[in-house]
Amino acid sequence: MSEQETRSIRCLVAKVGLDGHDRGAHVIARAFRDAGFEVIYSGLHKAPAEIVQAAVQEDVDVLGISILSGAHKTLVPKIMDGLEEYDAAEDTLVLVGGVIPEEDKAALRDEGVAAVFGPGTSIEETVEFVRENAPER
Amino acid sequence: MSGDDDLLEDLLDGKHRALARVISKIENRAPGYRELVSDLYAHTGNAEIVGITGSPGAGKSTLVDKLAETYRERGETVGVIAIDPSSPFTGGAVLGDRIRMASTVGDMDVFVRSMSARGTLGGLSTATADAVKAMDAFGKDRIIIETVGAGQNEIDIVRTADTVAVLVPPGSGDSIQTLKAGILEIADVFVVNKADRPGADRTVQELLEMIELGDGGGFSSSGGGHHGADAMGEGGSSPHSSEDSGEGEPDESHEAAQPDEPDTWVPPVVETVATDGTGVDDLIEDLAHHRRYLERSGTLAERTRRRYGEEIRTLLREDVHDLLQGELERAGGVDALAEAVRTGETDPYTIADEALAPLERCLEELEGERLESVSR
Repeated sequence: MSEQETRSIRCLVAKVGLDGHDRGAHVIARAFRDAGFEVIYSGLHKAPAEIVQAAVQEDVDVLGISILSGAHKTLVPKIMDGLEEYDAAEDTLVLVGGVIPEEDKAALRDEGVAAVFGPGTSIEETVEFVRENAPER
Repeated sequence: MSGDDDLLEDLLDGKHRALARVISKIENRAPGYRELVSDLYAHTGNAEIVGITGSPGAGKSTLVDKLAETYRERGETVGVIAIDPSSPFTGGAVLGDRIRMASTVGDMDVFVRSMSARGTLGGLSTATADAVKAMDAFGKDRIIIETVGAGQNEIDIVRTADTVAVLVPPGSGDSIQTLKAGILEIADVFVVNKADRPGADRTVQELLEMIELGDGGGFSSSGGGHHGADAMGEGGSSPHSSEDSGEGEPDESHEAAQPDEPDTWVPPVVETVATDGTGVDDLIEDLAHHRRYLERSGTLAERTRRRYGEEIRTLLREDVHDLLQGELERAGGVDALAEAVRTGETDPYTIADEALAPLERCLEELEGERLESVSR
C-alpha cells in the first residue's frame, strides 16, 4: 500500500551547564520552527547526560548546543561521548552556537561537532546549513 | 528488509536507540514501516496505557512527570508520548513538554517522545497508536499519552488509552460548560490540578455536580454510566442502578475484584498539586481502580476491541484516500474537477461516484476471497 513519507527535520536545541541566558536558544528554536523543522527545546541548566537522553529518545537529526558560559571544552565532549554510547553520534548533526574562542573551534570539530556558529551568524545561514547537512537516514 | 528485522530485534532486546528509530519510521511513514508495526503486534498487550488531556496550562506535563517518577519508584518502567501541535503553515513545531519532565531526567527507563501533527486525516492518531505499540513491545509497563484537549483529533488520540484523565484547572467554571460536549465526556478520572489555587473547591464541586447529573441520566442518557462511547459497544452489558454511585470511587481497601464494587464507573475527582506531588498517589490509586473496573466488567476487552476496530477503519480510510489521490492526479488534479463543478458541468456527487465505480466493481468481482475468511 502507498507510503507517503512525511519526513520532517527534528532538532534538539539544548542549553547545557550553568549559563542562564537562553534568548539566543529561543530565537533559534523559533527560526527552526518557522523553517518547518520540529524543534525540541531542552530548557535551561541541563547536564550532558540529560541532553544525551533527549537526543537519543527523540531521535533528532540535529543537536544544537547553545553555550555562553565558556565551559564548552568540558561539556561538549561529554555530550559527544554520551551520543557515542548509544550509537547516536554517527548520524546526528551536532552544532555549537555561542561565544567560542577561535582557538577552541578546531578542538570541537575534532570531537565531532559539524559547525560552530559564533555571534553575528545569520539565522538563514544556520537554517541553510541544517538543510544541507542533516544526515540522510 | 533485513535492516528492519535487525531494528525489530534490537527493539525487543531493549535498545533505546532502536525504539527511538522505530518511532521515527512510524512518524515518517518510512518505507517498510507497515511491516514493522505489523510485526510489533505479536509482542504487545502488557502495558497499561493512560491518556492525559486538558487545556493548555492545566499542568499536564508536570503531572505526567510526577506520575512517571512515582511509577519508577515502584519499580515500573514508563513510556511517555507527548503530543504538541504543529504549524499549519510551515509544518514546524516547538515540542516543549520535555522541559517539565525534570524529575526523571537521566533515567533512561523513562522514555519520553515528543510528536507533532504531521499528517492529515487521522494520521496523528494512527502514528500515536503505532508508537504506543512500539513502547509496549519494548517492554514499558506504563505508557502515558499526553495531549492538549483542543479538538477531535486529540480526543481520538487519548482514546488510544485504556484510562483517560482530564485535567481541569481551578476557576474554569465557565469553560466547563463549553467543554461539556468535548473532552469531559471521555474522562474516566477528573483531576483538578493546581488545587492550592483559589477556586479549586468550587471547581471540584461543579465537576461533582456535573458527574451526578450525567449519571442520573443527564448528558449520557444512553445508560452506560457516563460514557456515551461505552454504550455504543455491541455487548449490551448489564443494566446499572443509578443508586450505587454518588461516592465516586470504590472502597480503597479492596485490592482485587470485589462483589460489592459497583459495576458501573463514576469518574472520581482528584485534587493534585503537580509541582510538589500532592495528590499524585491518590491519582495513581484511582487509575488503578479504573483499571480493575475495566478488567472486572469486561469493559477492557470491549474498549480494546473498539480501538482495534477504529484502527482498522482509519487505516482503510487512509489507504483508500491514497488510492483515490492517485486517481485524482491522473484526472488532472482536484482543481480541474472543482472548476468543472464551478462552471456547472458536473457536481461533486457525480465525480465521487465515478471515481469510486471501478473500486466497487473490483470488490464485487472478488467473491470468495474476502475478509470474512479472516474473522472465522
